Amino acid sequence: MGAMSTAIQRGFDDPVHDSQRAFRAIMAALAEPGLEMALDVPAFVPEPLHPAAATILLTLCDYDTPVHLEGVLAARQGVRDFLGFNTGAPLAAGPAEAAFAVAGYNGGLPDPTQFSQGTAEYPDRSTTLILALGDARPGQAVGLRGPGIADMRTTSLPGIDHAYWRVLANNRAAYPLGIDVIFTMGRRIVGLPRSTRIAIQGG
Amino acid sequence: MNKQHYNFAYLDEQTKRMIRRAILKGIAVPGYQVPFASREMPMPYGWGTGGVQVTAAVLGRDDVLKVIDQGSDDTTNAVAIRGFFKKTAGVETTTQTREATVIQTRHRIPEEPLKAHQILVYQVPIPEPLRFLEPRETETRKMHALSEYGLMHVKLYEDITRHGHIATTYAYPVQVDGHYVMDPSPTPKFDNPKMQRMAALQLFGAGREKRIYAIPPHTEVVSLDFDDHPFSIQQWDRPCELCGARDSYLDEIVLDDKGKRMFACSDTDHCERRQSAQGEARHG
Repeated sequence: MGAMSTAIQRGFDDPVHDSQRAFRAIMAALAEPGLEMALDVPAFVPEPLHPAAATILLTLCDYDTPVHLEGVLAARQGVRDFLGFNTGAPLAAGPAEAAFAVAGYNGGLPDPTQFSQGTAEYPDRSTTLILALGDARPGQAVGLRGPGIADMRTTSLPGIDHAYWRVLANNRAAYPLGIDVIFTMGRRIVGLPRSTRIAIQGG
Repeated sequence: MNKQHYNFAYLDEQTKRMIRRAILKGIAVPGYQVPFASREMPMPYGWGTGGVQVTAAVLGRDDVLKVIDQGSDDTTNAVAIRGFFKKTAGVETTTQTREATVIQTRHRIPEEPLKAHQILVYQVPIPEPLRFLEPRETETRKMHALSEYGLMHVKLYEDITRHGHIATTYAYPVQVDGHYVMDPSPTPKFDNPKMQRMAALQLFGAGREKRIYAIPPHTEVVSLDFDDHPFSIQQWDRPCELCGARDSYLDEIVLDDKGKRMFACSDTDHCERRQSAQGEARHG
């Protein structure tokens, strides 16, 4: 029974309706960039995954979506089992082959250009980055404009300074190529699709 | 059809996930046509299979669904699709625009301005606005990638040389967020200005052509035109004969075989609400 006590845990209690509710919140987050949404989260979430990241994976991933796990996550058997058992998603050969990538757990912020940017004819063939933000440091504010934003939305995200906002702003440079980002903070999320223009004050 | 034998909202969960992923890409790249693995639905192509699949993927137990066909809640297509979701999802349905959380439509946008957190799902027959100008998908994909829409302007210009004005009256092309030119589905051009910075999320599903696209709230949606031939919408020299509206899209209704006809709002909910408001005002 020792092996059973660490056995794979199931994801959603009610997969049909839990994933529908989560999808609507994820859709709202990407349709209204910079606006914070709260997700319902599964009873069990493997360490160190953010509960919101677990919900997003359960909602959107299956055998059609190779997932890239950042090194520290890929090293965790519990995370790999949770993903594999509940979604059937294969691990991507590398970040450039991933439909979804989960990052932000190794103390740094990833370079968006390592992920699939899509192609000019098929910009949808890009990676969606599920990026965990720590709660230690407050971030620096920026102004967001573009689809989903009535005028301008001032946003700051924990741990994201102007230097990394500039990295994210560069993601817009090759539009419609680029990645879409869903930031996770515990069970909360913020969407940043590639269509968003980022205005950095004093930058 | 026994609903016990079907998943919630008919589609299986893997199909919903695939459609949901396509919707998210569509939202991230407004106006871009995302390919998706459209399924066989228990209705023929041309009856809204794309819209139905998008609706099935977003719909939840707490949603209130409205379905319109040419603005009307009581035509065959609208009644059938409303009945389909009542049966397979058990959701509440309504004919009132303001009560609905999800509105599936064929060929109209409701007259009443839509609010934030409402979702408008369009049934789309031919999603590619350049298809009749360039039949090759490989070429239209390139044109979209480069935002190269000279061909579309030539088409509108030929309208002007032939008719003296832009004669395109429905499926009038729009440019979304300054990049993709998009087919707004066969809505009358009267409805195009409603798409501009609409507060609601707009989703488009083309079942036969297997494409999904989207416009997030508050997005720039501009109808193509020329400086000396600016875009304009249809106008009528008479009001709706039922409610007196002068600012709504009117249908011409033939009344007999002697040429008698009347003009009335195509949006039945809008017309009925105006009529009942007038009735209340008359009767105190």
